[in-house]
Amino acid sequence: MYSNFSFTNQQTFFQKLRSIDYLLLICILLVGSISCFAMYSTDGGEVLYHTKNHAIRFALFFTLMLVISFINIKMWFSLSYLFYGVTLILLLWASLYGITASGSQRWINLYFINLQPSELMKIAIIVCFAKYYHRAQIHSINKFTNIFVPLVILIIPIFLVITQPDLGTSILIALSGIMVLWLAGINIKYFVIASITFVISAPFIISFLKPYQKLRILSFFNPDRDPLGAGYQIIQSKIAVGSGGLFGKGFLKGTQGYLEFLPEKHTDFIFTLYSEEFGFLGSLLLLILYVIIIYRIINIGMISRSYFSKLFCYGFASSIFIYIAVNMSMVLGLLPIVGSPLPIMSYGGSSMLATMIGFGIVMSSRIYNNQIIS
Amino acid sequence: MISGGHDTGFNKLKTINRRMFIFSAAKAVIFFGIVGRLFSLQISENKKYLTLSDKNRLRETRLPPIRGEFKDYFGNTIAGNLKVYQLHVIPEQVEDFRSLLIRLRDILKFDNKTLSKIFAKKKTQKPWETIVISENLSWDEFSKINFYLHELPGAKPVITVGRSYPYGESYTHILGYVSQASVNDLVNNKVIKERNVPGLRVGKSGLEKKFENELIGTNSIQRYEVNAFGKRINQIDFKEGSRGQTINLTIDTEIQKLTSDLLRDKAGSISVMDIYTGDIIAMNSSPSFDPNLFLYGIDEKLWNSIKSDPLNPLLNKTVSGLYSPGSTIKPIVALSALENDVIRPDKQVKCEGKVEMYGEKYHCWKKKGHGFMSLKNSIKQSCDIYFYELARLLGVDRLSITAKKFGLGTKVLGEYFENEKEGIVPSTEWKKEILGQNWYLGETFITGIGQGYIQTNPLQLCLMTAQLANGGYKIYPKIRVGQNQKSYESIKRIMKENEMEAREEAKEKDNALIKATEEFLKVEKKEHQPLYRNPENIKFVLDAMFKSTNEIYGTSYSSRIDDPKYQFAGKTGTSQVKRITEEERELDLDISQIPYKNRDHAWFIAFGPYENPRYAMSVLVEHGGSGSKAAAPIAQKLMRAVVDRHEERTKRNIMV
Repeated sequence: MYSNFSFTNQQTFFQKLRSIDYLLLICILLVGSISCFAMYSTDGGEVLYHTKNHAIRFALFFTLMLVISFINIKMWFSLSYLFYGVTLILLLWASLYGITASGSQRWINLYFINLQPSELMKIAIIVCFAKYYHRAQIHSINKFTNIFVPLVILIIPIFLVITQPDLGTSILIALSGIMVLWLAGINIKYFVIASITFVISAPFIISFLKPYQKLRILSFFNPDRDPLGAGYQIIQSKIAVGSGGLFGKGFLKGTQGYLEFLPEKHTDFIFTLYSEEFGFLGSLLLLILYVIIIYRIINIGMISRSYFSKLFCYGFASSIFIYIAVNMSMVLGLLPIVGSPLPIMSYGGSSMLATMIGFGIVMSSRIYNNQIIS
Repeated sequence: MISGGHDTGFNKLKTINRRMFIFSAAKAVIFFGIVGRLFSLQISENKKYLTLSDKNRLRETRLPPIRGEFKDYFGNTIAGNLKVYQLHVIPEQVEDFRSLLIRLRDILKFDNKTLSKIFAKKKTQKPWETIVISENLSWDEFSKINFYLHELPGAKPVITVGRSYPYGESYTHILGYVSQASVNDLVNNKVIKERNVPGLRVGKSGLEKKFENELIGTNSIQRYEVNAFGKRINQIDFKEGSRGQTINLTIDTEIQKLTSDLLRDKAGSISVMDIYTGDIIAMNSSPSFDPNLFLYGIDEKLWNSIKSDPLNPLLNKTVSGLYSPGSTIKPIVALSALENDVIRPDKQVKCEGKVEMYGEKYHCWKKKGHGFMSLKNSIKQSCDIYFYELARLLGVDRLSITAKKFGLGTKVLGEYFENEKEGIVPSTEWKKEILGQNWYLGETFITGIGQGYIQTNPLQLCLMTAQLANGGYKIYPKIRVGQNQKSYESIKRIMKENEMEAREEAKEKDNALIKATEEFLKVEKKEHQPLYRNPENIKFVLDAMFKSTNEIYGTSYSSRIDDPKYQFAGKTGTSQVKRITEEERELDLDISQIPYKNRDHAWFIAFGPYENPRYAMSVLVEHGGSGSKAAAPIAQKLMRAVVDRHEERTKRNIMV
């Protein structure tokens, strides 16, 4: 069955160009430009530092995405473990020699960019698992080694990130990894056992949290407990979103934003700024764009012939969804505040780089969707 | 290796697709959850969050209200608002705060202490809050700053409004002064609390305090958009407040200034009153202090020196100082005796300088004695022996009734001055009630010459004189120009009518003393009611006071004015502050030989011009010695000035 189609491996450039998923590409471009406008607004209606950097990065990484797209998926398959390994080393490097900012040691100074390896790890873990399970037989998936090895692969980076400390990213890495494990077909009973264990051990985990993290959880349950302290961010972001109304306050007219009431308005809270200015309709538009992106990625996974591509696309789509869901739930006061950027929208080079690499691999899966990986 | 066999590959794909489907379903649920949340925040609760966001960003700033002015009777501003030149600096807008301040120090020449104070203040403030470098610059300094402004980046010369008292110490005891609102002010006055802003000046004493709620005005309100750190971004809206009410007083500044001059270097008090309208023309207490000193906080040394001054500049002696009236009470004692038919005016008493009654010796101020005295002569020459006898016959209770009728023992201006004292008009009942003792007859004697328990403030004596001088009618003293001010003519007409009525009633019920007192209750309700039973008795007393000043041997003869335009009548008083022992009496010390604190208070009450009196006055010089030497000459000068101003005042009356 497979051998019939093996000739399609040799496509012309024109064919490759035609097989690009243009809807996905356009949606990415749209979200990218929305993010540039939002950044422009955070700069107070001027093209300043954040806007400039964000636009340049978007352009640069978008190009990188295209480059990745045109390279055969086989190549990415063979580089998977290397990618994971390098990212792990970078993570280790960051833990040892990284730059410390706001109490967390998570960046590596690469002179042209301050790289946050934990962001890359979000992608690396998916790539790595995709390759691992590509080779695994269905009946051996629930064998001890096939569970134990991926768990080690997952737990090492989580441990490194959690000690930076960076609770948000480590949770996201964990969620991405667990979802891929689920998709790969690990028996449902392990997940049930794991979640029961988690619920029971939650109080112990909480006791290991830093005081500020505990405060955040407490203030999530009752923001008015300390309205100027830990609850401040939740209250202010809810005010920003809520006061936006149906049509929003208008571009560059979000008072919560330009009067500095919004915390972290460039990064984690960028959605609240956007939502304040463009209202419910604007927010819905952005959500729909994200939904289309996720849908297209799943679609690419469905038409991919190789298991690697399939697992990666499904995993990546699920991760993107999780990032968006966690970020939005957090700024809308549905989840405690943990640091988690909104893909493409949030300011931050590493997050954008990781996302674009992911899109690149997805796109490569699309172009080489008939490629058989042996 | 191929990707599993057909079978396993197929199973693997089935698993992943099935699980992806489950995922997608979960995703859809979460997605709608998020949309629902957005809907609830942005559509359902939009209003609530809009309000919260406005609350976040809008701040109201209230500016200090502009205080109302005080004007004298002629419309001169006696407490006004002055342009004040200030220098402000906003540290945020200054590149190099230290060097700016050092440059300013060189220009304004303030010392290093002030400099370090400013640095200390800067540390306690947010960087965009204004620091007032200098609250009150002279015009010279202000123009100097403006001249060097180009080399003083960040310095802001500002013109604001401050309280000013152009007549300085002359009005202090009437107006009081303003200073920064204290915690007490905020607690005690709701209006101040409502309108308080940093730097608000409020009345601390006198009429400034009394009329605070009318004077204060309302705040202008600025609405600002602020950012999360409280910094003002831009002004949204400005609502102008209204200026406080102007308050017009009955005082004549010319006379008021003169009273300051007359009392200079003395402790004492002067009051001048219109005997018909009750307008207070002047009211002064000495020593005084400059209320302008309090505007920016007085320095401690100066404040301590004012507080510890033995002459007590902080006391408004005119209303809050209580003294024995001395011989100035004699017209009332004589009137009371006549009204109660205790004696006939031609009753003779021999004065030998002292008299022994009930085993106690009582002295006349004149050691040699006056010889045979009639009532009129005893007032004119202020013979104490005659009044001991008169008091004995009259009794303290009947005296107290008359004295109270004429204004002693009650507050003159009511609530205008919070520290006004009512004084004491003793009676047997009073002594029983307050001291729990029986009255001694000896106390009656000394009450008859205005010593002992009796205590009055200078304004009460002025009112008493005025109510005698207008023919014995009640008047209503006031210091603020009222809404329905009655003219002199209409008041005079009312008094005339009242007199006619009284005379007719007296004819009808000549002997019915009891009925007359009943009548007294009825006429209580009448305006400008007569305070006498028989108007002839008033005339008798006034004539005696005229003789006291204008006939030889009168106690104030040397201070008389012969010109009928200014001619006045008066009564001296010399009140002892300490019992004189026999030895001291023998020594007969000159005033300069007695320690200041033990010297007598000098009193003089007067009214004029005699032909058609309009003004009454009381003069007190604390520890000034005898009334005829220390107080009467002051009244002489004052009467001239008051009469000279009469025409102006009448003209102004018509205009008002």
